[in-house]
Amino acid sequence: MRVGLLVTCLVDLMRPRIGFAALELLEAAGFEVVVPATQTCCGQPGWNSGDRASARALAEKLIGEFEGCDYVVAPSGSCSGMVKTHYNDLFPGEGAWLERAERLAARTWELTDVLVNVARLDKLPSRFTGSVTYHDSCSGLREMGVKQQPRTLLSKLPGVELREMKDCEVCCGFGGTFSVKFGEVSAAMADAKCAHIAASGTEAVVLGDLGCMLNIEGRLRRRGDGATRVLHIAEVLTYEK
Amino acid sequence: MHFRQRAGRALADVKLQSVMKRFGSGFADKRAQARAAFGVELFERLRDEGARIRDRAIENLDVWLLRFEAEAERRGATVLWAKDSAEACEHVLRICREHGLKKAIKSKSMVSEEAGLNDALEANGVQPVETDLGEYIIQLAREAPSHIIAPAIHKDKEQVSDLFAEHHGKPRLTDIDELTREARLMLREHFLSADLGISGGNFLIAETGSVAIVTNEGNGRMTTTMPKVHIAVTGIEKVIPTLEDLSLLNRLLPRSATGQAIENYFSILTGPRGANDRDGPAHMYFVLVDGGRTNFLGGDLQEMVRCIRSGACKNHCPVYQTVGGHAYGWVYPGPMGSVLTPMFNGLENALDLPQAATLCGACHVACPVKIPLPELLRKLREKQVEQRLRPWAERAGIRLWAFAAMHPWLYALGTKIAVRVLRMLSSSTGVIHKLPFDPGWTLGRDFPAPERKTFRELYAEQRSEQGNLGSRVTPS
Repeated sequence: MRVGLLVTCLVDLMRPRIGFAALELLEAAGFEVVVPATQTCCGQPGWNSGDRASARALAEKLIGEFEGCDYVVAPSGSCSGMVKTHYNDLFPGEGAWLERAERLAARTWELTDVLVNVARLDKLPSRFTGSVTYHDSCSGLREMGVKQQPRTLLSKLPGVELREMKDCEVCCGFGGTFSVKFGEVSAAMADAKCAHIAASGTEAVVLGDLGCMLNIEGRLRRRGDGATRVLHIAEVLTYEK
Repeated sequence: MHFRQRAGRALADVKLQSVMKRFGSGFADKRAQARAAFGVELFERLRDEGARIRDRAIENLDVWLLRFEAEAERRGATVLWAKDSAEACEHVLRICREHGLKKAIKSKSMVSEEAGLNDALEANGVQPVETDLGEYIIQLAREAPSHIIAPAIHKDKEQVSDLFAEHHGKPRLTDIDELTREARLMLREHFLSADLGISGGNFLIAETGSVAIVTNEGNGRMTTTMPKVHIAVTGIEKVIPTLEDLSLLNRLLPRSATGQAIENYFSILTGPRGANDRDGPAHMYFVLVDGGRTNFLGGDLQEMVRCIRSGACKNHCPVYQTVGGHAYGWVYPGPMGSVLTPMFNGLENALDLPQAATLCGACHVACPVKIPLPELLRKLREKQVEQRLRPWAERAGIRLWAFAAMHPWLYALGTKIAVRVLRMLSSSTGVIHKLPFDPGWTLGRDFPAPERKTFRELYAEQRSEQGNLGSRVTPS
């Protein structure tokens, strides 16, 4: 089965290691992984900002790039959610494009979801040890139904102790451009999240979306917490040392 | 003043912040318990059915409203239509003049808040007295409600003590039970002396011409039965076809709002006092207000009109819980307000409300009638872009980003440079304290520095190495 890895623009720019970790996991699961070289962004920033034209242009581009794949997988609930639940809305009433969008949407998965529910991955290439808490990012949770999948995978790592925090399903305050338009409100929301992370008494917060990671890590460091690690689930599942 | 400035003030208000923290997820937790007790699957079916009932009413709103009017008038009530707030106030004032009314006791009506009815009454010599405890408190404080079902949620006990001491002319009390008792005694005088009762209406039932009202304090029942005139002021969208529909929606409303299986008081009021009735008003009026509701009909935001004012979207909104209701600037706060306010008052008059949400989806999941609030907010953002209501720099920024993203070579170059610039700005601890051209990120956060190169660069390097070695390299 051919999987097209949707690296996502944030991973490309900020945390390439998450992209490589996703690649490693998908290969470990037995997929043949291709990484379309011309991919950039799924169009979500335009879509959420009300710029339908730019979102649509990027959707057409992405559909063309990934059409040859059996699955499209992203290490992100929000980017996979964009393709899976919103691409259809970009081509209302348009026969051919709508059909292509729907076909792609039906084959689009969030990383942990495909690992658990398609590949049934059991052996993980990770030696991670320590206590972690899990933050459920909004799009992954509410658009893609990602809740148990990452926890199932974490439970396969013998050295990991998962301690749930209070309000793990409450938004961290990122919200894309919300985080810069309403920086103070966004930071206050992130602060509430950081307080719950701290109260969980764990060494790391693990999650599946880079936007939320940057938001939470940024607030933790500003609060003076240089110790709590902020890790993508793919990083934890491929951890070497 | 816009949301951003109001929110900034709310964040700096230490007292408000401590009250909002205490409010926290209280109502949301109670809803979750009520949903579990009802049965999760059954409750979800109830939400589906609630949405269907509301859609049925909205899709033929004119038909159900005319049916309502005919049934209500057949039972002796008078139905008056108001296209906007001014007309609504005029109707009420005319009724006051006709019956020579001087004092109005009010149970909660958000539509009367919309219309500014209290000010209109006062200006015309009619004393309005809010009788819902929360509304009573904010009337004394001369403030607007900050939550549609918990209007004084932004006030703490100390503030209420001060208000009561100031307005009641009695020694300052600090015990909550004593404060409540004092309010009850003050209100009793008003209940007994008022000649007009003004209520809202949770639902209008077309087949019987009745209004259904839910309260937890019993003030709604006093308001609608004791004075000689009762006026129900509510929105035209509140109509539902049948009592059967009411029965279903009333299972949904209290569970979604406060997590109660049923409210303490639930009244269905049909017509004025009859010849054999021992109580009830001699005259019953309905003032049914459009006030912008028809702006939604037939458009892509029509689902908003389903709203039954449970407040659940606020109780589940992390933005609302951070800044409180006054930051939203008008009568309806939270996600539902961010859709209603621009549509009632004009998109150009509520510029940042549709933006004031993370689109996290918690409101959609909690809404008793499944209004897709995040999607409606996003559609409003689309309208703002279409009508060129967003700042020039923002539109240009998105266009520029989209242009680059459409040209992979340009995008690759841009990101390659961006990574290097960001790394130059970062401190030894791997974060950036101040970003250039940043409108808000680093106000309360650092920005984590990127890795050395983009994924694209590293992947290409790895590929070419593999090509040279002629074998696969495991990525690390």
